[in-house]
Amino acid sequence: MDSKSGITNFSAYVPNQAMSRTAMVDAIGWTKPSLKAFNTGSRRYVEWDEDPITLSVAAASSLELNTIKQLCFASTSAPFLDRQNAGIIATALDLPTTTHCFELSGSQRAGSSALINMSKITDNSILVAADCRKSKAGSPAEMLNGDASAALSLGTENVLAEIIDTETIYADIVDHYRTEKSGTDYYLEDRWFRDEGLNKIVPQAVSKLLVRQNISVTDISHFILPVPNPSMAKSVAKTLGIANEAISDSLYENCGYTGCAHSLLMLINVLDKAKADEWILLCGFGQGCDTVLLKATSKLVEKQRSSISLKNQLKKGKVETNYTKFLSSSGLIDIDWGMRSERDNRTAHSVAFNKTRDIYGFVGGKCTTCKTPQFPKSRRCVNPECSAFDTQIDYRFSSIDGKIKSFTEDWLAFTRNPPLMYGNVDFEGGGNIFLEITGFGVGEISIGTKVSTTFRIKDIDSKRGFHRYFWKAAPEKSGHHV
Amino acid sequence: MSNGIKDKVAIIGMGCSKFGERWDASPEDLVNEAFEEAINDAGIKKNDIDAAWFGVFYEEQNVGKSAYPLSQYLRLPNIPVTRVENLCATGTEALRGAVYAVAAGACDIALAMGCEKLKDTGFSGLPERTKGTFEDLYQPNFTPPGAFAQLGASYAHKHGIDMTDLKRAMAHVSWKSHENGFKNPKAHLRKKLTMEEIINSPVIAYPLGVLDCCGVSDGASCAIVAKPEIAKSLVGDNFVTVKSLQLSPSNGVEMGHGSWDGAHTLTTKKAAENAYKEAGISDPLNDISLTEVHDCFSITELVLMEDLGLSKKGHGPKDILDGKFDANGLIPCQIDGGLKCFGHPIGASGLRMNYEIYLQLLGRAKDRQLKNVKFGLAHNLGGIPNRNVAAISILGMNS
Repeated sequence: MDSKSGITNFSAYVPNQAMSRTAMVDAIGWTKPSLKAFNTGSRRYVEWDEDPITLSVAAASSLELNTIKQLCFASTSAPFLDRQNAGIIATALDLPTTTHCFELSGSQRAGSSALINMSKITDNSILVAADCRKSKAGSPAEMLNGDASAALSLGTENVLAEIIDTETIYADIVDHYRTEKSGTDYYLEDRWFRDEGLNKIVPQAVSKLLVRQNISVTDISHFILPVPNPSMAKSVAKTLGIANEAISDSLYENCGYTGCAHSLLMLINVLDKAKADEWILLCGFGQGCDTVLLKATSKLVEKQRSSISLKNQLKKGKVETNYTKFLSSSGLIDIDWGMRSERDNRTAHSVAFNKTRDIYGFVGGKCTTCKTPQFPKSRRCVNPECSAFDTQIDYRFSSIDGKIKSFTEDWLAFTRNPPLMYGNVDFEGGGNIFLEITGFGVGEISIGTKVSTTFRIKDIDSKRGFHRYFWKAAPEKSGHHV
Repeated sequence: MSNGIKDKVAIIGMGCSKFGERWDASPEDLVNEAFEEAINDAGIKKNDIDAAWFGVFYEEQNVGKSAYPLSQYLRLPNIPVTRVENLCATGTEALRGAVYAVAAGACDIALAMGCEKLKDTGFSGLPERTKGTFEDLYQPNFTPPGAFAQLGASYAHKHGIDMTDLKRAMAHVSWKSHENGFKNPKAHLRKKLTMEEIINSPVIAYPLGVLDCCGVSDGASCAIVAKPEIAKSLVGDNFVTVKSLQLSPSNGVEMGHGSWDGAHTLTTKKAAENAYKEAGISDPLNDISLTEVHDCFSITELVLMEDLGLSKKGHGPKDILDGKFDANGLIPCQIDGGLKCFGHPIGASGLRMNYEIYLQLLGRAKDRQLKNVKFGLAHNLGGIPNRNVAAISILGMNS
């Protein structure tokens, strides 16, 4: 049995939509010619019904969840300031209520700091980080950012990458900041940040760690430094004496910088290809620097063989070229959606609480008399040949695939990404559920189309600043990195 | 089944307001417009009515809650008034209440009134509403066209019909209703359409175009029902009686059980079986002279022809295109123009359908009048294909 704590599994989720940077520059480049510097590749972005919580559920649902004792959620753009976001994720994953759920926020180091903290826990645990940071239209951040989530399983058995040592330095260098009211980041002069911040603080933290472990920079096979502008990582590597080949892919080309999730997302990209015994140096920067030294184990090869790499996953997806659709997805333009958008979506919280496991966990019933799966769970079986009373046991639909039995593309119904699609889904193993459908374009669904379920925002109560979640049918295993 | 309702109750008077965008009228005006026609038709006095049933669906959004709007509009002498709601079957539900009360002997004469004033809600389709504290948490935010459009793709898939061909049959449904509605002064939309206009109309919810959808309008309709002895004392032997009144609500099978194919309405089939049995009709194709069915959308009418047993399974499109349900066909459907041309003021629609059958049976339908009318069938489908309430009434002459 291994005794050292480390990463025992990993999974990333990237939204299926990517916005072409060329299209962005074409649409908004007139405001500042300097934006042309970003005229390549694409950035991932979330649809209106996705947020860090839904991204986290999507990433973590691929991991082994049976023995989890702790769930840590890291984000700087979590939807709720005072309502436990991690608890929503845990409910959607249907984790036991005794799972210790907690979260970390406050800086771009939230992901790496969470990893440091979790490395000290010996329980089987999950760390999931996700960010969907809003940026102003026409800002460099809009070009550089991306939305995604990264989930890690941590434990002491079957470790894929051991966490050898960690180091941290704090420094209140305000290269950017965001307040509750501002909504988007305010950026300072980036050369000052590069020269006085990154290039001085990162080497301090790294040196301390490497000296303590008696490791040379040339021993590092993978150097992870997530920064919005990838050229800055090269500058720091040069200062440290780390070879260009060891600098990990910034994922700029078709993902973008995913905030506090990015150190872990880049780590997953490294773990997809790292060889046994290679040293990985992960840094996280945000008003200071976290460093985590990891060592790949021989067990990693098996995982690499059995899963789709993040790199391959990023090759898939839909590239959007309509800039207004991109802006609308994050609510940056106020589109006239008509009277149907005025419906009052007030939530009856007493009902929502009673039905938390039904709705967030997507737990229905299975009749013990006739074995019919059904949703929602009810007192009497839905099978007309049975209708037995109080015979249903819990039956979770969230991990079951299905196929479309009926559908429409509804241009009358309100949705922030018309047309609203919905239909009857016939689940493998039984069960018919009338569900909203997401992730398909017009003309992409037909009867029999295979679908998976995905945890999404169901309704937004804009009057009260609340929103609720439920599961929707989506293209089979879209966006997943397993 | 029990003895049922056949011939136990007569309809002695009916009325129907002009349907349409009645910006000029209040619910009070519409109710009185329908009532004056019915009371004059019946030849009785208002105070002869023992009890009333009042059907309104979107109560808060137009007429208001409870029984008192009707009591107040008609200045009824504090007789019992029951407000009923059963989705799009609300009007028929009001009729059922009145008919059952008379059949039970609790009343000699009863009134069924349905009214809806939709246009003042400001929506071009039906207004938005919530689905209840639990269902709002998971039910899709469907619209009626979107929910009924589901029948289209499922039907095409099940019967192996190309969507272009199905669209043509659906268009014929709308075309035929506009041909009929054109002649009806009480209809909302009185305009003939070409097949091409319908087929090419802008899509609302795939595969439905805007001209596959019924209108949204304001209207009221009512019936005065009485013991057959009273009808006889008023008009002799020649009066209309209720042959059957059936209601079949979903029990959750369509929404939650894999056995439903998504390409038909399960409840209509059940209600029709019971209605034919109650009316003593063994051969509907021969005995039913006309139908007024719930053509909220063209695809609905298409599948209903099969669910009512008037077309064989999978033969609906061919029968429709062959003109079987046209004004000069074997069993004309929506001879008054249907929901398609009248629009669908929900509380009133069921009674409006029965109003046309009543006129046809008594030979009063003027240039829409059909020959040799034996039985007329009215059908409502409240809700959506996934979950609904099907109501069927069959009327005929006193036997």
